[in-house]
Amino acid sequence: MASTAPALTPQAYLQGLSRWHPLEIAFWLATLLPFVLFPSYLSLASQIAITALFALSLDLILGYAGVVSLGHAAFFGIGAYSAGLFSKFVWGEAFSGLLVGAALAGIAGYATSFIICRFRHLTLIMITLGLGLLAFEVANSAHWLTGGSDGLQGVHILPLFGVFKFDLYGYTAYSYALAALFIVFLGMRRLVNSPFGLALRGIRENLVRMPAIGAASRAHIRKAYTIAAIVAGIAGAILTQTTESAALESISFQRSADVLVMLVLGGAGRLYGGLIGAIIFLIARDQFSGIAPQYWYFWIGILLVTVVLVLPNGILGGLSRIYARWRRP
Amino acid sequence: MSAPALVTRGLSKSFGSLAVARDIELSLPVGARYALIGPNGAGKTTLINLMTGMLTPDAGQIVLGEQDITALEPQDRVRRGLARTFQINTLFPGLNALEAVTLAVAERRRLAGQFWRTIGADSETIDEAYEILRKLRLGDDCYQVTRELPYGRQRLLEIALALATKPKVLLLDEPAAGVPQEESGDIFEVVASLSDDLTLLFIEHDMHVVFRFATHIIVLVSGAIFAQGSPAEISADSGVREVYLGKRHHG
Repeated sequence: MASTAPALTPQAYLQGLSRWHPLEIAFWLATLLPFVLFPSYLSLASQIAITALFALSLDLILGYAGVVSLGHAAFFGIGAYSAGLFSKFVWGEAFSGLLVGAALAGIAGYATSFIICRFRHLTLIMITLGLGLLAFEVANSAHWLTGGSDGLQGVHILPLFGVFKFDLYGYTAYSYALAALFIVFLGMRRLVNSPFGLALRGIRENLVRMPAIGAASRAHIRKAYTIAAIVAGIAGAILTQTTESAALESISFQRSADVLVMLVLGGAGRLYGGLIGAIIFLIARDQFSGIAPQYWYFWIGILLVTVVLVLPNGILGGLSRIYARWRRP
Repeated sequence: MSAPALVTRGLSKSFGSLAVARDIELSLPVGARYALIGPNGAGKTTLINLMTGMLTPDAGQIVLGEQDITALEPQDRVRRGLARTFQINTLFPGLNALEAVTLAVAERRRLAGQFWRTIGADSETIDEAYEILRKLRLGDDCYQVTRELPYGRQRLLEIALALATKPKVLLLDEPAAGVPQEESGDIFEVVASLSDDLTLLFIEHDMHVVFRFATHIIVLVSGAIFAQGSPAEISADSGVREVYLGKRHHG
């Protein structure tokens, strides 16, 4: 029997799952390339980093816990507006604004999580859609506070550490957004490899079995949803701070739908899927809108349908399958 | 004589006009090996669902050890030592056996809310999970994703997940359902080898298996207890023969 024992001990096997792959290191090094190769595209790069952070947040609830949301922009928007209002009325320092945006989005996430944790599937899609629309109309109608459809004006952010100004070139913006993305990513990576991350995957794989192993699934979902809201709030706050404005678009249904598309394109439930999806989506938008600005969703539509039909686990899921086949010929 | 491990008193449940459990009075002594038999639709799985809290009874009480658990949520009953398995595989298809059992152990140890530490660092939890898998002869397959495991192994994983909760009482809903007859003996060998402190109630249709492994048999018909007693008493009971055992010869 000894000869048939697995080569790895169970602990070594589980540790191996969370080890850094060389491709991951290559990916993060490549995120530095825009500084050198595309300095004129740094503001696009910063948009991508912010959107990737937002997609990472959706991946935690959708990709890991299987909680679908069509209203995730509510938390992005809350982060965006609260960071903007904080800078306008309290203080223009960036990090404290970021914390305020994260905290308020987290509170909103925690409050709504009590509803979210009770439902699945279509019901959940409708509830999150409804809550998202609700948040949009609140922002729209509170013209005195948010500026409504004119957007929030008069946001001014002080230089980072008192030195680095948010200028038109986007050096500071991209550095700030990328640093935030990387730090949150490290936390997320730790989370998905933790006992809690395993429990979320258990919820995704079989919600019925969870109580039968003594798991309080609803408490897990509430916690994950709150964390996701905080991360979405951080992303929204950074958008406001780097663009020095907040618009209704940040809390719109379009943003909720776009981030879902990015995550599905890239591949949900593997952290990098949302990042890859955001890169492809925003670069495609940038390129296609140069050709035919009104119709660029035509191409995204084709891409989405193709990916879903050919690669059910997204682009990253397809790539990892090819990679696995190539390693074991 | 010590207190019974699990007791039900006057447990009743109806779906509309259909009574699926009628005034069920059961008492499982500690370490018992009880079989629950009865024709299809007799309410055997319903009874397990009532005891584990997946269904709410219309009337009656469920007592685990000395505690009334009638009002508790299913997961809180599990945490107090009442576990079950499912007739139809209710596993985590995308997790491998090691991950699934590690999750169950982590839940029991109340570690599953921790998001700041890596699971791979927790050798105690992993070793405990692997030990359970090894005992159920799943050690060699534990890195294979559940949906790719052979069906018989999946049935064993059902039991492994329940054992990871360290139950005092384990309710097995047809543990060998769908497994070819030659292999179902293996599954019951595993069941029979479980600790003597563990109180077992299992649903099973194969009478050979029931008579071999059960110390006591409960016959359920139309949601009510029709008869109960030792295997010898049950096999000698002419009423049981008529409603249940006799029917098997036809089909």
